[in-house]
Amino acid sequence: MKKLAFLTCSLLAMLAACSSDYAPSGPIGGESGTELAERQVIHIGNGTDPQTLDPHRAQGVPESNIGRSLFEGLVAEAPNGDLIPGVAESWEISEDGKTYTFHLRANARWSNGDPVTAGDFVYGMRRSVDPKTLSVYSFILAPIENANAIIAGDLPPEELGVAAIDDRTLEIRLENPTPYFLGLLTHSASYAVHPPSVEAHGDAFTRPGNLVSNGAYQLAEWVVQSHVKLVKNPYYWDADSVTIEEAYFHATEDVAAELKRFRAGELDMTNTIPKSQLGWIRENMPDRLVIAPYLGSYYYGLNTTKPPLDSPALRRALSLAIDRDIITKQITASGELSAYSWIPPTIANYGGGVEMPEASWTQAEREAEARRLYAQAGYSAENPLRLEILYNTHDDHRRIAVAIASMWRNVLGVEATLVNQEWKVYLDTRNQKKTQVFRAGWIGDYNDPYTFAEIAHSKSELNDFGYDNPEYDRLLALAAAETDLEKRAEILKQAERRLLDDMPLIPLYFYVTAKMVQPWVQGYEANIMDHFRVQDLKILKH
Amino acid sequence: MLRYSLRRLVSAIPTLFVLIAVAFFMMRAAPGGPFDLERSLPPEIEANLRAAYRLDDPLWLQFARYLGGILRGDFGPSFQYRDFTVTELIATGFPVSLRLGASAILLALVIGVTAGSIAALKQNRVTDHVVMTVSMTGISIPNFVMAPILILVFAIHLRWLPAGGWGDGALRNMVLPVIALALPQIAYIARLTRGSMIEVLRSNFIRTAKAQGLSTTAILLKHALKPALLPVVSYLGPATAAVITGSVVIEQIFGVPGIGRFFVQGALNRDYTLVMGVVVFYGMLIIAFNFLVDLAYAWLDPKVKYS
Repeated sequence: MKKLAFLTCSLLAMLAACSSDYAPSGPIGGESGTELAERQVIHIGNGTDPQTLDPHRAQGVPESNIGRSLFEGLVAEAPNGDLIPGVAESWEISEDGKTYTFHLRANARWSNGDPVTAGDFVYGMRRSVDPKTLSVYSFILAPIENANAIIAGDLPPEELGVAAIDDRTLEIRLENPTPYFLGLLTHSASYAVHPPSVEAHGDAFTRPGNLVSNGAYQLAEWVVQSHVKLVKNPYYWDADSVTIEEAYFHATEDVAAELKRFRAGELDMTNTIPKSQLGWIRENMPDRLVIAPYLGSYYYGLNTTKPPLDSPALRRALSLAIDRDIITKQITASGELSAYSWIPPTIANYGGGVEMPEASWTQAEREAEARRLYAQAGYSAENPLRLEILYNTHDDHRRIAVAIASMWRNVLGVEATLVNQEWKVYLDTRNQKKTQVFRAGWIGDYNDPYTFAEIAHSKSELNDFGYDNPEYDRLLALAAAETDLEKRAEILKQAERRLLDDMPLIPLYFYVTAKMVQPWVQGYEANIMDHFRVQDLKILKH
Repeated sequence: MLRYSLRRLVSAIPTLFVLIAVAFFMMRAAPGGPFDLERSLPPEIEANLRAAYRLDDPLWLQFARYLGGILRGDFGPSFQYRDFTVTELIATGFPVSLRLGASAILLALVIGVTAGSIAALKQNRVTDHVVMTVSMTGISIPNFVMAPILILVFAIHLRWLPAGGWGDGALRNMVLPVIALALPQIAYIARLTRGSMIEVLRSNFIRTAKAQGLSTTAILLKHALKPALLPVVSYLGPATAAVITGSVVIEQIFGVPGIGRFFVQGALNRDYTLVMGVVVFYGMLIIAFNFLVDLAYAWLDPKVKYS
């Protein structure tokens, strides 16, 4: 038995020695601090396995992360998220804001050496909106002339408002002036694909050996459930300024395991962090933790299509009774911002956004108003409101739901029950509007208020709260036709004020992204879209 | 023997059929579908997708078509991995899972039988207690707890082995997942071996061998081991099943690209064909393995005759 005790003790001692995480042997970046590592290889934790490398079928974040290094759109994003020229070196926009003319780089090449032509983009965008491609993100191209009719199968893809004037000049005609259109051209749905290889290989054109790409990297390996390996594309027009030679995107759907691989020095960057370990990370490796605002809103949707939540007064009472600071400071606690508006204030083209009138009140004042509205809606201690809160199974969502249920009970006397469902079941319940209150989040598809505003449109596929206000829809249509950015922002603000008065959804907080980045990774900048390209990174000597 | 084998193979067909039918209809009965997204798809696009995957046909027709596909070795297209078919996915994942699982079973057998035999020989002494306590711990600690502990100790603190990844099956990548997967089995096998070995060592033929003056090693290897292994061999069937289910978790934690992970991700994404593919494939494998175990049993135990 003594041996056993010894074994146990030594095991525990090893566990307790928590200081032996991977650490570089010398100063990072050598003496000068900027010296590069001999081997320019990066290992990136990329979340769940990519579902496809076909840019037109891609729908998730893992696919987009790889896609940005594999392909280059007409427009690209700098590390800070600013739009920069991509394959197009310049462009002009017509007076009415509806015709874009792009001038392509003479030296843009595919990874097999073929030149990238305007015709390749025409081919790519037609393929993207072609119903036969089975794309679920083709709506990104909806602003282009005839795109919606083509997606619906009413017009052939050749009718898309995209034309190659010559090999290096591309013209895109829009239905309406769309000030965020350039941002959409960074999305994979707008990428060009290499026509001969798509024609030759069909669905298998994305396999290693078949895939021809026009970004800074080309595909070398794709081991499903393990990794995607990219190597430098020698034909890339800016290949001289690309430092990293090989990039591995590892499938890391288990976030706890991802952190361990980072701590063991096997990953240079993680996709995210396990929230439960945030305290430990802050204490032990704060210099490697990167937290940044993210273009997303966490909200509670209220089913406005049936009683009791068809009453705006009651919906506002529920919103005001929630102390958002308790949620952001004590539950999520990663630097999230309490939300008093639907659209994140940091978004582009929105001049700082709007807030609900009660934003400047104290919480006590908000609660007093909440009680007044609650009574006005006909509820009291004897006749309490009974509600069901639906959330998808996850510890963070459960903790927030528990807190909100208790705030509603303490402030108003609402009797809330919690129901959790597995993701797909939850989506089904939500889509069919068999809910009262449901937890949800929305991450903007592009950096413009419209990606948030459109959700509450009566016809939106995301409007699971059933908001149907003709005035709101009218304002959105007005904004879509407006070419003056400031006037457009004003119209959208008017719409958002309307939305906040009606409160079909209760905004709770604005998201942040959190990831681990090793100190020898140079060039990484967190940005509001959480986008990065491997070509902007370097590995310092370590 | 041949007739027995044929009969076993034929009787596997209804078992497989029931397995496929239950899995197929249960998967379809689950609420939510492969095309349920947070942003519901525009109706035209959803209709296109449903038509492409032929989800609009009556369920019985889809089932019949699925069965027909299996007979041709075609498990259909994956809903989740849009660039691959399920057959391709299983073909890439299975060699990895097989390597992981077979190594775990082999390791469990070698260590389990050795430790169990030693414990039986040193019955009720310190060695015996240590082996039994360690194996009890092995049985009671679930592998999703054991795996992170192993990573913490051997990958992060001692830095001997990688914390994850497969590296094309390099030995250093295999060590931790194989141990994590094998540990509970080592423990079971050690306890089984010890129990049956103690019983065998007390039997008359061993006493005779001892009386003839044979050494302990000779008695153990030549006479005792074979009969003592009978319960271990019959446990190999359930052990394979346990290693397969265990690999679902282990593959996830260590980032091993085997087919266990497909099952979890496939179920969460309602990837009907992928989940079915893994279920059917593993079902066939377990049936085949149980059959082999029964044959091995006949070889080990002269009393067992199949006809």
